[in-house]
Amino acid sequence: MNRALISLPKSVKRGQVIEIKTLISHVMESGFRHGTNGRDIPRDIITAFSCKYNGEEIFATQFFPAIAANPFLTFHTVATESGTLTFHWTGDNGFEVIEEAQIAVE
Amino acid sequence: MTRKLTRRDALKTAGLLAVGAATPAAAQVQSFAPGQMEAAIRKVLGEAEIGKGKVRLELPPLVENGNVVPMSVSVDSPMTKDNFVKAIHVFNEKNPQPNVISVQLGARAGKAEISTRIRLATTQKLTAIAEMSDGTCWSDTQEVVVTLAACLEDLP
Repeated sequence: MNRALISLPKSVKRGQVIEIKTLISHVMESGFRHGTNGRDIPRDIITAFSCKYNGEEIFATQFFPAIAANPFLTFHTVATESGTLTFHWTGDNGFEVIEEAQIAVE
Repeated sequence: MTRKLTRRDALKTAGLLAVGAATPAAAQVQSFAPGQMEAAIRKVLGEAEIGKGKVRLELPPLVENGNVVPMSVSVDSPMTKDNFVKAIHVFNEKNPQPNVISVQLGARAGKAEISTRIRLATTQKLTAIAEMSDGTCWSDTQEVVVTLAACLEDLP
C-alpha cells in the first residue's frame, strides 16, 4: 500500500490562501535505468495528480520521469467553504490512490 | 593479402568488439537530443511568444545529489477571476526526457506557487514557463551544477 501524507491547516478564515503539502510513497522508476543484467527497467511512475475542493477541481498536474521518488508537492488554494478536499494520484500499471482531508472554514 | 592470425591480433579485435558493445549502453544513460527543450516547449505552447520575467524558478545553484533536487516556481499574478495563471510548465535541457512537470491552475489557487523535488541527469539549464489567462507566456531560466547525477547509480 502506498502511503500518502497530506498537510493542511485544520481551521482557517474564509478567503484565506492556504498551503497544501502532499507526499506519497512511490519509487518513480524512470524507465531510463538498466539492471545488472543490462536489461532496461520498465517505467513505473505516477503520471497525474489532481485535487478537488468539494467536487470542483482546483489543481492538477502531470508528472514525468524527472520527478524524484516519493513525489512531494506543495500548492495553494483559497479557503471558500468548509468541506472535503479529495486528492487523487494515478500512474503506470493501474496505480491509483485517493485520499481525503477535511477543512473547516470560519 | 593473407596474414596469420596471431594471438596479439586476436586480443586486439576482441578488445575493439568489447568497446563497441559497451558504448551503446553507456550512451543511452546520457542520451538527450540537442534542442530537445526548445522542441518540447513548442510542442506544449505552440507558436506563442514567450517573454522573460514574472516567473521565478528557484533551484539550488549547486546540487550534490541529482536524485532529489528541491525546486519551486512562483508567478507574479493577482490570481483574480480575470487575471490568473492557467498553467506552469517546467522543462530541462539534458535529462533523457525534456519535460519535468506540467501544472494546471485556476483563479481558485489564490497564489501561483508550487514546489516539488526533481531529478537531474547532469549540469544543465531549466526553464519554467507560465501560461496566463490572457494568453501571454512568461519564463525564467536557471542553470544548475550537478555533482552526482541521477539515473546512474548501480543497482543491487
